[in-house]
Amino acid sequence: MSLLATNYLTPTGREEAWRFTPLKRLRGLHDGAAVVGDRASLISSHSLPAGVTFMSENLAPLAHSDDVIIERIRGLDGQVSHLSIAANTEVAEPILLGRSNGALETAELSRVRISLGEHAVATVVIENTGDTVLAEDLEISLAPGSSLTFITLQEFDAQSVYAARHHAVVDKDAHFKSITVTVGGDVVRILPTVEFIAPGGSVELLGVYFATAGQFFEHRMHVDHAVPHAKSRVNFKGALAGRDAHTVWIGDVLIRAIAEGTDTYELNRNLLLSDGARADSVPNLEIETGEIIGAGHASTTGRFDDEQLFYLMSRGITLENARRLVVRGFFNEIVTEIGIEAIQDRLMNRIDNELEKAGT
Amino acid sequence: MSRLEIRNLQVSVKTDAGAVEILKGVDLTIETGETHAIMGPNGSGKSTLAYSIAGHPKYTIVGGSVTLDGADVLDMTVDERAKAGLFLAMQYPVEVPGVSVSNFLRTAATALRGEAPKLRTWVAEVKDAMEALNIDPAFASRNVNEGFSGGEKKRHEIMQLELLKPKIAILDETDSGLDVDALRIVSEGINRAKANGNLGVLLITHYTRILKYIKPDFVHVFANGHIVEEGGPDLADKLEANGYADYVSK
Ligand SMILES: Nc1ncnc2c1ncn2[C@@H]1O[C@H](COP(=O)(O)OP(=O)(O)OP(=O)(O)O)[C@@H](O)[C@H]1O
Ligand SMILES: [Mg+2]
Repeated sequence: MSLLATNYLTPTGREEAWRFTPLKRLRGLHDGAAVVGDRASLISSHSLPAGVTFMSENLAPLAHSDDVIIERIRGLDGQVSHLSIAANTEVAEPILLGRSNGALETAELSRVRISLGEHAVATVVIENTGDTVLAEDLEISLAPGSSLTFITLQEFDAQSVYAARHHAVVDKDAHFKSITVTVGGDVVRILPTVEFIAPGGSVELLGVYFATAGQFFEHRMHVDHAVPHAKSRVNFKGALAGRDAHTVWIGDVLIRAIAEGTDTYELNRNLLLSDGARADSVPNLEIETGEIIGAGHASTTGRFDDEQLFYLMSRGITLENARRLVVRGFFNEIVTEIGIEAIQDRLMNRIDNELEKAGT
Repeated sequence: MSRLEIRNLQVSVKTDAGAVEILKGVDLTIETGETHAIMGPNGSGKSTLAYSIAGHPKYTIVGGSVTLDGADVLDMTVDERAKAGLFLAMQYPVEVPGVSVSNFLRTAATALRGEAPKLRTWVAEVKDAMEALNIDPAFASRNVNEGFSGGEKKRHEIMQLELLKPKIAILDETDSGLDVDALRIVSEGINRAKANGNLGVLLITHYTRILKYIKPDFVHVFANGHIVEEGGPDLADKLEANGYADYVSK
């Protein structure tokens, strides 16, 4: 056991990056008060296919971060849980990673690396479950021509705190698709960030979240178009139900002067299913060159559409079932992108349960 | 035999400027086996009548009654009205994103029949219903009404009529937006639904051409929030020739 180092600038809540986050509920991850437990919970419980390895290694960070929690993680430990997919390896089946031994009394500071060699193709699923306090510096390195579908499932139990950065570094002609699902935990704060380091890359950042009474879920995107001819798409959908359910979606997209030929679009849609919930949605597009293919954003926050409910009910469907259909329908577009039926069904059932629990 | 009785129905809508009365005392009785046509100028309240019977939350019942075989329809929730045997084919069917036609139909049939239809017979039933209305099977996996053309939406409404088998169907301008072939196909669907069961039809329309396929027993002229004249099929021809000038001042 060791205490977190304290020589970092502790956020006060006034900083742009922290203005929404309930710092008091972070269990000391941000200010060094957390007692760090000695655990590395990320596990692979299935045998890995040829060309894939998963081991603990001492690795330097891939990319800079100015997030204080990430800095604290890096200050403590050089050990990284490293999932590596060798060059030219095409893995057909999804690679599943899960969590063991969580705890609420102590915090885990986790560093994870997923790296794909040139032209490697894989789907990686990380299932985050249990009750835990977890800060995570997750970096993803995509070598030229590689393609990764990264599915990250926040299905934590009620008291968990998860603060993480999921940072992808996308090399020439590589493709990165992430599906970020957040349905469980007390406080979840994820920074899905992307940095293009050579032209021709493309990313799709998809996400769904469903916050019920008292839950706080924040997704703070940052896509850095620092090279020409890269493409990015962001589409996050969230639902909220119950008192003090609070979600935050920040979509920072930066198109630098050098990034000619950029093509980007970001979208966030929220469904407010009851009073007393709050969805913050802040798209933010910074464009430093006019020589682009396209750049746009949209953000909507709405309630149940009475016309949809009426139409369904006029066919005999009860209000409760009509709501369930509409909410499932709302999330369907993104959930089906997961492409793994067992996970899709589990999530849809979870969504049904959340809705029922909220009793809107 | 079922009977829908509308008595002195008065309905208003909430607007920014307060409640506006739209239906000013509608009286109408429809029995299974009968076909009633309602014709009337734009804005006279035909859709308001249809929606009020189906229970759309936008409308406030100010007075009067609607009963189906004696049961108080106005006291029922929207889904209860459907379960009681009412069906509304909407003038503007609603898009429901992310909900597939097949999922929607099965959920509706399950609700109305009280149990999930047996999968094998159900698949065949839907396939037949789609074929009969010339609907591409690919529509089963599309989202409800999403991106459907106007005519496709109307055919989808009548397919539901055939699958859900109500006692009384209100068809709000189902013929609008249909090409000549679709008009015939849809009319045949309505006639089939009538032939296959005990169905009463309230057909709201602006055109006599659908009445060539679907013979009304009664024609009602609707103006300014109520029925101003009633007659047989020949009344429709008179309206087509003369318009509503005689009625709008009433
Ligand atoms: N929210 C509203 N605010 C004000 N007026 C309304 C509102 N909703 C409906 N109305 C009015 O109620 C009247 C009746 O509308 P309704 O849709 O029932 O007419 P309709 O007879 O079906 O017309 P159409 O032949 O064009 O379909 C119209 O004048 C319409 O403008
Ligand atoms: Mg109308």
